[in-house]
Amino acid sequence: MIGRLFGFRGGIEPDAHKNESAGAAIRRAPLPGRLEVPLRQSTRATARCIVRPGQKVLKGERIGDPEGVLGTAVHAPTSGTVADVGRYAMAHPSGLETRCVVIEPDGEERWIDHAPFDYRNRSRGDALAWLRDCGIVGLGGATFPAHVKLGRGEGIDTLVLNGAECEPWITCDDRLMRERAADILAGALILRDLIGARELVVGIEDNKPEAIAAMRAAAGAATGVGVVPVPARYPAGGEKQLIRVLTGIEIPYGKLGADYGVQCFNVGTAYAVYRAIVHGEPLISRIVTLTGNVEHPGNWEVLVGTPIDDLLRLAGPRPDTDRYLMGGPMMGFALPRLDVPVVKGSNCIICASPALFPPPMPEQPCIRCGECARACPAELQPFELYWFSRARNFGKAQEYHLFDCIECGCCAYVCPSHIPLVDYYRFAKSEIWARERDKSAADQARERFEFRNFRQEREKEEKAARLAAKAAETHARIAGEPAADAAATPSIQAAADDPKKALIAAALARAQAQKAAVRPRNVDDPSPGTQAEIDAIEARRRRAAAAAEPAPAQTSSPAPETHSRTPTR
Amino acid sequence: MIHSPYIRKPASVQRVMGTVLLALLPGIAAYVWQFGAGILVNLALASAAAVAIEALAMQLRGRPAAPAVADLSAIVTAWLVVLSLPPIVPWWITLLGVAIAVGAAKHLYGGLGQNPFNPAMVAFCALIVAYPALMSQWPAAGRLDFATQFGLILGGARELDAVTAATALDALRTGMRGGDGVDLVVSQGGAFGAAGGKGWEWVAAGYALGGLFLLATRTITWHLPAAFVAGLALMSGAFWLFDAARHASPLFHLASGGAMLAAFFIVTDPVSGATTPRGKLIFAAGIALIAWIIRSFGAYPDGIAFGVLLMNICVPLIDMKTQPPVFGHRGERP
Ligand code: SF4
Ligand code: SF4
Repeated sequence: MIGRLFGFRGGIEPDAHKNESAGAAIRRAPLPGRLEVPLRQSTRATARCIVRPGQKVLKGERIGDPEGVLGTAVHAPTSGTVADVGRYAMAHPSGLETRCVVIEPDGEERWIDHAPFDYRNRSRGDALAWLRDCGIVGLGGATFPAHVKLGRGEGIDTLVLNGAECEPWITCDDRLMRERAADILAGALILRDLIGARELVVGIEDNKPEAIAAMRAAAGAATGVGVVPVPARYPAGGEKQLIRVLTGIEIPYGKLGADYGVQCFNVGTAYAVYRAIVHGEPLISRIVTLTGNVEHPGNWEVLVGTPIDDLLRLAGPRPDTDRYLMGGPMMGFALPRLDVPVVKGSNCIICASPALFPPPMPEQPCIRCGECARACPAELQPFELYWFSRARNFGKAQEYHLFDCIECGCCAYVCPSHIPLVDYYRFAKSEIWARERDKSAADQARERFEFRNFRQEREKEEKAARLAAKAAETHARIAGEPAADAAATPSIQAAADDPKKALIAAALARAQAQKAAVRPRNVDDPSPGTQAEIDAIEARRRRAAAAAEPAPAQTSSPAPETHSRTPTR
Repeated sequence: MIHSPYIRKPASVQRVMGTVLLALLPGIAAYVWQFGAGILVNLALASAAAVAIEALAMQLRGRPAAPAVADLSAIVTAWLVVLSLPPIVPWWITLLGVAIAVGAAKHLYGGLGQNPFNPAMVAFCALIVAYPALMSQWPAAGRLDFATQFGLILGGARELDAVTAATALDALRTGMRGGDGVDLVVSQGGAFGAAGGKGWEWVAAGYALGGLFLLATRTITWHLPAAFVAGLALMSGAFWLFDAARHASPLFHLASGGAMLAAFFIVTDPVSGATTPRGKLIFAAGIALIAWIIRSFGAYPDGIAFGVLLMNICVPLIDMKTQPPVFGHRGERP
């Protein structure tokens, strides 16, 4: 089991502000007047809508079918009528729209029939399909489909359960662990079985003693389960940081935990898995922390699709609230509008006021103090990245590992010059992506062009070959001998070839004469020594040619594979 | 549109610079105690000049002057210039020094954060090359009252021999040139105290105290001062052990001249120095090495300023070659 903790470098310790909302037990948010359920709940996949406006649905009824590898199903969070299927703004910094199913609840909360899934007596594939059909995605914020993350069911040693919750203000996982530890653990053990891991390690920041105690009590004497307090230092809950702290393994950019024998799930996800397997319930609600500049901070069990406006009324934002942050203050974003629904990844809404979140101070020049480098958990040199991004020297930025930046914001948090460092990295990354896109578009165009040339060339050759074949045929016919017989008897063939041979010989003689007439410039008037050398070489070549005479002429053309093979790194 | 993170540590350049100014106070107090209050006149003069030049430079560059003046960086530079000059230089030397440091070494390169050379050291080097005589008039401890100092600074008569004395580093050089051993020079010269130059050892102690404060407040990291002190101690120590008659002890080197000021306040200038942990070690050790060589064999009594400028040139290379491995990429060549 886990013997010792490993540190990760960098990190910061901002005011946690957890007490505001951690004290109140989870309450069920009242049914809103209308639910907007986005069909896009997992990363890069939108479910295919299977309901029509006017249709009645039950609580937990599927309204969207999973599509694609990363797709997961979407369900009606309550019983009622489908009022509309259309595009609505989603909770995203850009205020982008996405396809949503609007449901008007009938207030009865009538469930569909649902039954436990006996995953022990079913195949692993069935279990993963079940999770996909229950709409289980990661609830830590990234909403990556759980069934994809569970992978092949082998090669994973350790399942890490992420209960670190390191962002300030957020307490939804803390409350969940305090109140539903046994269920979380049951879900985690199911995940462990499905992923084929031996060990289960639950990492919880040591500023949540109640959660640690509850999870420890739930773990009891279960074998291969460890509940490990980790130092409360943001971003201890970053997946790679948590894995580093618990196992000592460092997962570089572009690699997955699975490549190193560890996989990480959020405690909320484990709870959702428990509900899906043991109760057969799809994922239709989650715990959301409402906190910040509000009268009643707390945690609410909220149906997916609940408008944030409705939700905020439960907490009572104070009048001087000027912004609403979704997620934590380190990595969250300000909601451009409030008529957007809660999604599976919405863990927290913070009401911000100028007093709680003062506007940033004016940016000053970087003094290369290195504070940012000391705070960076990815151990980058943020100020170098800043210089390069600012100078639009993106190549250099990439050389200095721009893409290892996890955008945790630690560097910007500590910078005495108040430089919005992360914004510069986001800018640089998006520019690089844009260029990559342009480049791949150009590459495609070039490839298309080259292919066309190649095709034309090939067609020309084929045409020439056809013509040559035809000519030979005609030739043979003129010679008065059937082509088949020519192949049968060599003497006759030789006779048939005679005019051809004569032609070739004549051509060769012409070429030789030409070669003799035109000497390459660099051997004009060679010195006697050089001339002797040339003569010697010529003599050798002639001897060799004479020796090779009986052998068939060899065509030595470069093997095409050597060209098509691209160097791999 | 404001993006995450939405919270910031209550830190500012002003706070960093303010801490540095605060940390200079013990050294300045020791200075006043041992050499009189004349230095305060210079500090006031230089501060005013720094603010004026900073504001003017920002104006000329078409930027708002107030924030730049408020960040206190110009005043830090001004104080460092003053503290590296003899305390009785005429007022115009001080002003010239500040003008070179703030106006040229800082703003000609684009202002705060852009200067490749340590501004105070640029000023010092320029002045010692241009005015070698004025720059070598150091008062002896306790020899000058405030009125005399004031007169000297404001350009009164400079009957120098009566008031100045060779610094310890100077005396040692001259003595050794004459063929005397270290012991003899030290015992004969009045310039020497218990550790370094008489009176100067206290000032050095004051700087060291301020330096510890900077370390405690995490304004600087240990790398630069440690590497500088270790570099100077190791170089001088090796030669001292080898031939104590011809080479001064490490303690003498560390307590003399600008060693402590440099260790905690000059080599630690973040803007012009190396930034990676390994780079800092190389950078500061390089300065120590050059300083020791110039002190021992060069034409100037102290070589720290030249060491700083020479190593400033190497910073881009040092930083590039010492990039620490990135999380998850340990073992790869950076
Ligand atoms: S913390 Fe800010 S001022 Fe300091 S080096 Fe980093 S970017 Fe520059
Ligand atoms: S945002 Fe990026 S560069 Fe800044 S501390 Fe986090 S990982 Fe490092």
